[in-house]
Amino acid sequence: MSGSPVVSLRNVTKTFGAAGVTAVQSIDLDVRPGEFVSLIGPSGCGKSTLLRIVGDLVEPTSGEVVVNGKSARQARLDRDYGIVFQDAVLYDWRTVAKNIALPLELLKWDRAKRAARVAELIDLVELQGFAEHHPWQLSGGMQQRVSIARALSFSPALLLMDEPFGALDEMTRERLNGELLRIWEASGSTIVFVTHSISEAVFLSTRVVVMSRRPGRIAAIVDVDLPQPRNADTREEPRFFELVTAVRDRLREGGHDDDRTAPGEGELVGAEETP
Amino acid sequence: MAYVAPASTRSRLLDSERVREAGRSVGLFFAVLAFLWASWEAFRWIAETTELRLGQFEANDRTMPHIHDIVAQLFEPSRRNGPLLIEVLWDAALFTAKEAAVGFALGALIGFALGVLLAHSGLLQRGFLPYLVASQTIPILAVAPMVVVWVNPRLPDDFKDWGAVAVIAAYLTFFPVTINTMRGLTSVDPRTLDLMRSYASSSWSVLWKLRVPAALPFIFAALKIAAPASVVGAIIGELPASIQSGLGGAILNFNQYYITEPTSLWATNLIAAALGISFFLVVLLAERLIVRRAPENVA
Repeated sequence: MSGSPVVSLRNVTKTFGAAGVTAVQSIDLDVRPGEFVSLIGPSGCGKSTLLRIVGDLVEPTSGEVVVNGKSARQARLDRDYGIVFQDAVLYDWRTVAKNIALPLELLKWDRAKRAARVAELIDLVELQGFAEHHPWQLSGGMQQRVSIARALSFSPALLLMDEPFGALDEMTRERLNGELLRIWEASGSTIVFVTHSISEAVFLSTRVVVMSRRPGRIAAIVDVDLPQPRNADTREEPRFFELVTAVRDRLREGGHDDDRTAPGEGELVGAEETP
Repeated sequence: MAYVAPASTRSRLLDSERVREAGRSVGLFFAVLAFLWASWEAFRWIAETTELRLGQFEANDRTMPHIHDIVAQLFEPSRRNGPLLIEVLWDAALFTAKEAAVGFALGALIGFALGVLLAHSGLLQRGFLPYLVASQTIPILAVAPMVVVWVNPRLPDDFKDWGAVAVIAAYLTFFPVTINTMRGLTSVDPRTLDLMRSYASSSWSVLWKLRVPAALPFIFAALKIAAPASVVGAIIGELPASIQSGLGGAILNFNQYYITEPTSLWATNLIAAALGISFFLVVLLAERLIVRRAPENVA
């Protein structure tokens, strides 16, 4: 995987409010084309904030954000990324097909082109027969698949996913993990994925970025060298467990356990190490 | 909700369920009607047989005509050798309905536009809302003569006189629509706003693709209040506008004969109520057809 990075963060810090709560601090990260990068860390470590900074939904207090070679704002205006939230955030007055078509309507695609693209996406996320259903008639997992199809509708180079499967049960989550990998391979897009599940991060990613407790910093980056394509057997491999353990250890060092002692300053900053 | 029935079965299920629900509604309507009818007659019977006096009030044919007498009055000639009362009232109701419908449409549009405007500017909202509230605290009877004097000379011939009444009806319509439109437009899930931002959508698109559809249940709740209010506005508006052809004119007319023939006024009130209910039902039907929301999100 080569080429100039799709996402490039340089010394990014975000402080909220007058009280100056620091959500993320001094983040340096490059995401290369075609990578699947997970951000993992304890609750409130700013991983979602970081994702929203990449999407220009939140402005960093300082630092530089480059997406697709331009400012995050310009990338958003050029519709360079699609985003999926923890909840599907579907419009319940729209059918599945119309929810998926929403970004295409905003891009002024004509009706025939929209219909063709929506049919493709419904196949991709395996929701055949549900195009005319309304969101409240679908299960949580199906709703989230609609949300993924919507994010992919205009074929963005970058997919931002903020704990997309966090609200689903374990079995649905594992099935959608497999589907997401298939979609990732089929679409060739780059994915930045926020999660607090270690096994999900290891299973999906080419790299796992471990963040420390607030203020969120990069505690470690773990390269996941599991072979592609991955499937249910991947979860049984010894290397999978080694990597899960490695990520868990890095999380502990980053202060994941609920000890109230602040971690030492120096040891956490930008540790670009691999196990 | 893991199990989702195939579309065909589900729509059939929904249909039979809908028919049953509609049947229950109609049944309930008549049950309540029968109850009210019985209560009226029972109260009158008890009050008459026991010679009950409530202050100055005495139950008799003048104060509480029998319901069957009121209904029968509809099928009596309205005057010697004239058309039946129900024919006269039907024409009057149609005339008033025209005023009310135009007033309702006007008021709903103005109310919606004001709601959109105020929802988009906190400054305008703080500045203008007190005056909008003030406009509703002035009794319509005090405003109506001014509206007639101001509006009438400017109306084209087709709208002469009744156009001013429509404006008065609009005056009663717009306020709830404004308040609920404002509330509805600002009630959207902040994550949907993030989503629209991620699509770099214009505020025009955010308004029409997100805020307005999300506000529809709120707007319809207001329209359901406003629809009967527009009928009231039209009836009251006919008085200062000196319009004889509507229900307002009929009420004024039958008021004068109340002592000798109270049932005519009661019958007119019945028709006026029916008109208000019809307006409400039209809005309800429109809501059913237009608003597609999760059951828990329907206001």
